[in-house]
Amino acid sequence: MIDARALRKDFPVLDQRVNGRPLVYLDSAATAQKPRPVIDAVRRFFEEDNANVHRAIHALGERATAKYEEARRKVARFINAPSERTIIFTKNATESINLVAYSWARARLKPGDEILVSPIEHHSNLVPWQLAARATGATLRFFDVTEDGQLRLDNLDSLISERTRLVAVTHVSNVLGTIVPVASIVAAARRAGAVVLVDGAQSVPHMPVDVQALGCDFFAFSGHKMGAPTGIGVLYGREELLEAMDPFLGGGDMISSVRLSGSEWAELPYKFEAGTPPIAEAIGLGAAIDYLTAIGMDRVHAYERRLTAYARERLEQLPGITIYGPKERGGLLTFNVDEIHPHDLATVLDQHGIAIRAGHHCAQPVMEWLGVPATARASFWVYNTEDDVERLVEGLRAAKEFFGYVA
Amino acid sequence: MSLEHSHPIQLNELYRDVIMDHYRRPRNKGTLEDPSVSIALNNPVCGDEITLQLLVRDGRIERARFMGRGCSISQASASMMAQQIEGKTLAEAEDMIARFKRMMHGDEKAGEPLGDLMALHGVSKFPVRVKCALLSWEALERSLEQLR
Repeated sequence: MIDARALRKDFPVLDQRVNGRPLVYLDSAATAQKPRPVIDAVRRFFEEDNANVHRAIHALGERATAKYEEARRKVARFINAPSERTIIFTKNATESINLVAYSWARARLKPGDEILVSPIEHHSNLVPWQLAARATGATLRFFDVTEDGQLRLDNLDSLISERTRLVAVTHVSNVLGTIVPVASIVAAARRAGAVVLVDGAQSVPHMPVDVQALGCDFFAFSGHKMGAPTGIGVLYGREELLEAMDPFLGGGDMISSVRLSGSEWAELPYKFEAGTPPIAEAIGLGAAIDYLTAIGMDRVHAYERRLTAYARERLEQLPGITIYGPKERGGLLTFNVDEIHPHDLATVLDQHGIAIRAGHHCAQPVMEWLGVPATARASFWVYNTEDDVERLVEGLRAAKEFFGYVA
Repeated sequence: MSLEHSHPIQLNELYRDVIMDHYRRPRNKGTLEDPSVSIALNNPVCGDEITLQLLVRDGRIERARFMGRGCSISQASASMMAQQIEGKTLAEAEDMIARFKRMMHGDEKAGEPLGDLMALHGVSKFPVRVKCALLSWEALERSLEQLR
């Protein structure tokens, strides 16, 4: 089991008071805090090595390039990608998904083709497919969802047919915490000859991920939810698919030769990395991966499961609280308190030094399905403790008392 | 135990009794059969929704009704606004919008003629909540633009 109290000391931002109380940060699903080794790696890069990559014929440029490419190898190892040629650096998971929506889907889909999407997606894994469908005449279809927020798999064969070209699904829901059994979906998609894209933004920071074991064709995630800086994301793609795709963005660094009459693309992964990439951010991602690897992703997952179960148990003891989503879940709890709008709840908790998320979590269809305009969400990572959960419970009691009193 | 001791003082400035009263028992909530103008707005960031309907005769707002869902601040602001703009001329309503906006940006004095709406001045100390209070006023502003 990990020692969250000790790990907490690695995160300088957590050592502060907010509105007079020690900060309790329960919004890591939105963005995670950064451990000291990540901050140091980024600072060291700027202080010692800063230069552009893949261009400069000088010592700094060589060091910057070496570190940038080392980060790519770390990513490949971390998610067990077969080669670093299959790891494309992007800005974030959203850009990774859009890359596939443009370079793969728009170039291949035609009227009559179907894209199968789950209704529990973040907007970032829904809107790009709506746009691609509109542009190509393809049709969006949706998984069915069980009452507790899991994808129904028993009717997969009626949803996936030879018309299905692409299945886009989240690995872990950012609202319901649902852990999607990706491997079974991949198996059904394979039988129909469809490719599968997995949004791993909420899984990679929290559990071991092996893209080869999952068997998916594309896998997208963001660095900033796993302790890395913002502005760095990853797309893993199966090499033969990436090879066959046209570039997403055009510019420098992604070409092998340019003539006025036309150009040839660079080899993978550079074909998809136009312009100066987020170099320091990628190096920061490498440092975040080192940090998580030293802890062990199995242990991160086990710890979060235990902490989330504990939080669920504690919140369920409070009257008037509704918790959404399945029992077996990722490290987050989405809930509402009777008679208190989640924004009002978040404001009261913030006044007690507790940071949660309130709103629709960029998943309006999920809110519609739940039949609520918004929810509160507490999400956990390696630095959260049972004490944080107790502070949340205390804050929820205070909110209920406050709004009860005002009435 | 008094609330001032058990809760941060700012909370009581934000959630005045009159605000919670309008949130729990909204005034002027509903729809009009034959509105002169109807504007639906939502806040895409948080999902708050407001539909504002006005019946205007001879340059005067005769009736104002709203429908919506959202946090206490957005709904109370809509309720108080709808109540108070009834009977006002369009020019007076425009003046109220300007005053309310100035109050939301910290100018408490500007809000003084706004009666109960003054209770919302505490929102200006919570920048992320200002947009909640302003949603219904933006609907009013757009309504007036349509009426021009």
